[in-house]
Amino acid sequence: MNIKDKLTVSAAPHVHDKSTVKNVMWNVVIALVPALIFATYYWGIRALLLSLTGAVTAVVCEALIQKLRKVPITVHDGSAFLTGLLLAFNIHAGAPIWLPIIGAAFAITIGKQVFGGLGNNPVNPAIVGRVFLMASWPTHMTGGWVAVKNSALSGLNDLTRIATDLQSLSPKAYELVTSATPLKVAQTLRDSSFVADINAQAGGLNLSGRIFSSLTEMETLKSLFWGNIGGCIGEVSAFALLLGAAYLLYKNIIEWRIPLFFIGTVFVLSFIFGGIPGSEISIMLPFFHIFSGGLMLGAFFMATDYTTTPLTKKGRIIFGIGCGLLTIIIRLVGGYPEGVSYSILFMNVMTPLIDMLTRPKAFGRVKK
Amino acid sequence: MRLKSFPGGIHPHDEKHYSASAPISALPTPERVIIHLSQHIGAVSSPSVKVGDTVLRGQVVAVPAGFVSLTQHASISGKVTKIGKFLHPTGIMSMGIEITSDGQNQSVDMPDNPDYMSLEINVLKERVSAAGVCGMGGAGFPTHVKLSPPADKPIDTIVLNGVECEPFLTSDYRLLLERAEDILHGLRLLMKIVGAKKGVIGIEANKPDAIELLQKLVANQKDLEVVPLKMQYPQGAEKQLIYAATGRKVPAGGLPMAVGVLVQNVATAVAIYEAVRYQKPLIERVISVTGSIVNKPMNLLAPIGTLYSDLLEHCGGVSAPIGKAISGGPMMGFALPSLDAAMTKGSSGLVLFDEKTAKSMQEHTCLRCARCVDICPMNLMPTGIATAVKYNDLDMAVKAGLNDCIKCGACAYVCPSQIRLVQWIDTGKIRYAEAQRKK
Repeated sequence: MNIKDKLTVSAAPHVHDKSTVKNVMWNVVIALVPALIFATYYWGIRALLLSLTGAVTAVVCEALIQKLRKVPITVHDGSAFLTGLLLAFNIHAGAPIWLPIIGAAFAITIGKQVFGGLGNNPVNPAIVGRVFLMASWPTHMTGGWVAVKNSALSGLNDLTRIATDLQSLSPKAYELVTSATPLKVAQTLRDSSFVADINAQAGGLNLSGRIFSSLTEMETLKSLFWGNIGGCIGEVSAFALLLGAAYLLYKNIIEWRIPLFFIGTVFVLSFIFGGIPGSEISIMLPFFHIFSGGLMLGAFFMATDYTTTPLTKKGRIIFGIGCGLLTIIIRLVGGYPEGVSYSILFMNVMTPLIDMLTRPKAFGRVKK
Repeated sequence: MRLKSFPGGIHPHDEKHYSASAPISALPTPERVIIHLSQHIGAVSSPSVKVGDTVLRGQVVAVPAGFVSLTQHASISGKVTKIGKFLHPTGIMSMGIEITSDGQNQSVDMPDNPDYMSLEINVLKERVSAAGVCGMGGAGFPTHVKLSPPADKPIDTIVLNGVECEPFLTSDYRLLLERAEDILHGLRLLMKIVGAKKGVIGIEANKPDAIELLQKLVANQKDLEVVPLKMQYPQGAEKQLIYAATGRKVPAGGLPMAVGVLVQNVATAVAIYEAVRYQKPLIERVISVTGSIVNKPMNLLAPIGTLYSDLLEHCGGVSAPIGKAISGGPMMGFALPSLDAAMTKGSSGLVLFDEKTAKSMQEHTCLRCARCVDICPMNLMPTGIATAVKYNDLDMAVKAGLNDCIKCGACAYVCPSQIRLVQWIDTGKIRYAEAQRKK
């Protein structure tokens, strides 16, 4: 028996759990499918079209650049597809088709490939793309929310109950609740001159307090949870995103620390600091904050990006808390209604420092 | 019941079903054996025979070259036919003594001494040393060295390692079932030699019958305890086992004696018992020959020095071409270039993979997914060490844990980028040792 030439000689271990990069990335894509289905249901086929446009653009871009760089083309690993999809999820369904194309192209080239591709980018490429679009075409990014297909009004459709009333009381308040996202409404109600205006228009009524408390009503929270609300494609439904997140947690693809501490921090801080003058603090206020905007998408799908988040468990806790803290600061006192992507971006940059400061002590090594 | 364990670790398929139910059977005396001069950690033994000498089974053929070294014995009777380089189970060529059988299998005198427990401690230690016993779990540390701890490091607990956390291997499992009483005799001897008050046997939960049997046997012995452990790799690694079984943490860079513990494999316990009672040298051991392509997976009691090819032949060969032959388990064992290697005192298994299973996957860039960091049983940053080694930054590698790594391979097992982390870390260990020598 001459088997000398046939035996593989390699270093231990000789067995593997069969996980691959490809498997990880495509599973995250699968986890985003429920959100995509919900978005398509509420906003029509256009949401699907924009999402796929982003994903395909990213794949094509990555392949082209890898060809230029003369490195193996690895687009089948799904990471570019995922980046493109996430980028498109940060755009609303009424946006022009070129928006996800430019965004995805920017995300892949500047956000990822200039640093050397997968595993080497310092910050989340999808967020790089989003921030670039926000800075370049703010009106396309934030204006013109599409009407929720299955309901009468855009934005906070559940405020229809008070909207009819509002129209006669204060046109300005009416415009706000019918055209803005819930977070924008919450932010505007923190503007004292705006509050004074609408309350005056309404003849001294506490209109601002009334609108604010309607944000935390069960009906509103239900809409936020199921997705019957205006916003970006990927912000659609907390339920759909949680479904995907549960899948990723079950599959051991994402780890619980970052999402838990991110969402937990937002939950606690919004309860303490989220109220406005002239309105009672509702026990439901934290739920409004965690279910609205991009928090679910950000916490489970973007702040868990492997490459740009800390390696250590302690580091991931710090990362999560940092993201939550910054999100709340931006939402409550910043210039934007939503701060999820900026806070993740900021914490991405902090990651090497966090890793350095939280290096684990080896088993049996005493703290010095 | 809540099973004891350690932080970190992985859960590979145990794959023990191939050979688990095969009782230990003796291999017929092979035509030739090769007694390696380096079967242990420490100085290479010096041959005390020359080519042409006739030797009996159990006769000394090599003597220790220092305190941390080992006596080697002929495992069959016959003629010394060659002293030279032979393939070692670690895959390298190494000095050994070839003995060709005379077919008689005549042994030296091995008198029974039923009253062995009343022998003086010095005599006990001498017998263990003379029998050439070393750790049979793989590392092969000379047992007589472990039995002579410094006076300022008293040992109060003996931990017997019956974990066998490596997938596929079943040799320790069969010993637990078939030689349970001898294992306990060995444990008692160990306790007597070092003056330990307590004896603990750690067994992984995937061997419920062994746990039950041992628990029954120690039921009336208050100073002995059987600790069922969670099925988790590397449960059998020394520091992890000590932590799981006793709750004590061996300090980094330290030995188990620093926390008053001495660890021995269950197979070593049997060898110690036989060495003391019968003055029988360590000349045979149980080895699992297993894998999906082995026709008759077995647990063989084989003379030390038997060629792997002879073991496989006795097991009826293979049903498909061999892709990889592993000496030891698949997590920490060595892939052999051929089956011409001869087993040593630490050879617990021969695992055979078909060509498909043997295929190694392409290494990709690190995603920084942190799986290796999360499961590292030593709480290190494997990817950090590997990257530092890649860029030749040894200081950074040490900071990330280079010297604390036990090379269990759990990190490489879970890496989705298929990075050969252990290989990189090992490279770093070698470079670091070189750098230290130069200083």
